Amino acid sequence: MSVTVKIGVLNVQGAVSEHAIHVSKVGAEPVLVKHADDLTGLHGLILPGGESTTIGKLIRKYGLFEPIIEASQQGLPIFGTCAGMILLAKRIEGSEEPHLALMDVLVNRNSFGRQRDSFEADIFVEGMNQDPFPAVFIRAPHVVKAGQGVQILATLDDRIVAVRENHLLATAFHPELTDDLRMHQYFKQMAESYQAK
Amino acid sequence: MGTTVGSERVKRGMAQMQKNGVIMDVINAEQAKIAEAAGAVAVMALERVPSDIRAAGGVARMADPSIIEQVMKAVSIPVMAKCRIGHVVEARILESLGVDYIDESEVLTPADDKFHVNKRDFTVPFVCGARDLGEALRRIAEGASMIRTKGEPGTGNIVEAVKHIRMVQGQIRKVVSMSEDELVAEAKNIGAPFELLLEVHNTGKLPVVNFAAGGVATPADAALMMELGSDGVFVGSGIFKSENPEKFGRAVVEATMNYKDYDLLAKLSKDLGTPMKGIELSTLQANERMADRGW
Repeated sequence: MSVTVKIGVLNVQGAVSEHAIHVSKVGAEPVLVKHADDLTGLHGLILPGGESTTIGKLIRKYGLFEPIIEASQQGLPIFGTCAGMILLAKRIEGSEEPHLALMDVLVNRNSFGRQRDSFEADIFVEGMNQDPFPAVFIRAPHVVKAGQGVQILATLDDRIVAVRENHLLATAFHPELTDDLRMHQYFKQMAESYQAK
Repeated sequence: MGTTVGSERVKRGMAQMQKNGVIMDVINAEQAKIAEAAGAVAVMALERVPSDIRAAGGVARMADPSIIEQVMKAVSIPVMAKCRIGHVVEARILESLGVDYIDESEVLTPADDKFHVNKRDFTVPFVCGARDLGEALRRIAEGASMIRTKGEPGTGNIVEAVKHIRMVQGQIRKVVSMSEDELVAEAKNIGAPFELLLEVHNTGKLPVVNFAAGGVATPADAALMMELGSDGVFVGSGIFKSENPEKFGRAVVEATMNYKDYDLLAKLSKDLGTPMKGIELSTLQANERMADRGW
């Protein structure tokens, strides 16, 4: 008997419902996470896109900061998109103080320009089939430097835009804004292997 | 492989990233920093807040670009700015400055009494005000990527914003339950493009994010608008016309994100000092009502 895979979506601000819908579509159960208690029993956690400055402040205020770090130390798979990638990064260019500082990457915020320059592009993502992924970049960050243990999953014009480090997954783009479910399926598989432990 | 700048998905997506957040009016770099520190998801750079525009009278126009640039330099969160209804050139100027969102706003004096800006022509997204579903869908047809209630700006009085969000939500519920032949008649009645109305019928919601604006003066007002189905809140005059803007701004941010947590709302509402004084709507002359600008 398989147990339902529960994937949390950090419910502070941003594209929360979009991620929850994708989680349902790949056959997992979405759980909205606002308090530390909500992390109990999860097999994975998504940090959605939004404003990283705002979300970073509020997870500290609501006592989610330490519990998310502890959950990650236990191996809970975490998937950050856009602002979520910035929250995960150990270093942020411009000497800004990092947030959760879990992933061994240096990120540059808004590195593709301002909103008027935001765009969609078809990119290839490692570990998916050969069909290009419709990637939506909105005031998007990119990974400037990735540490030794970080696997680069996708690049765009020599900029790293998708990475994985063990149980951590991050994209500079927004898979939750497209109908393509492959990134969420990929993350569900990570959540399943955590469940199997 | 194709790259598309400023697609509909990218422009609407930007507004989706603002959901559950608060967008604050600011008139200089210092206020913008306070707003960012208070947890705003974006700031609206203005020369005057709506209540001062009201007090000053005369023609209200796009802000001086140097104010907008100062604000853009001061913060890393998105910066919005207002152009007059139908003023294509003000909109182009704001786009060239690199603002992240343009508000084609009834708070400023309209430049065109018949037409709004064709917003599809721009790679920068637009937000527009609406009092009902028909108006919202007309703006979306012109390319608006985000809608907000008009409310009655600069009054500190929430009654009009409540009227507008209730109107939109009630009309959506009605449209969802209609048959397709009724939808054609409804499209005519409310002046909405049929295809967009059909989309609302099928999905049960607007195709873009819908924020509250125009009269939010307290954390409880912000929570009320969320309770009524808004995706987020614009606060204009409320924050920097209050006694302690930083504390007030933080309280509005937290109230918006936790609008059902009444213990927290009670705590947030304590000792905030005097909020903006506010205007009773019946004392406004018809020509003083900003919500009636645009169609």
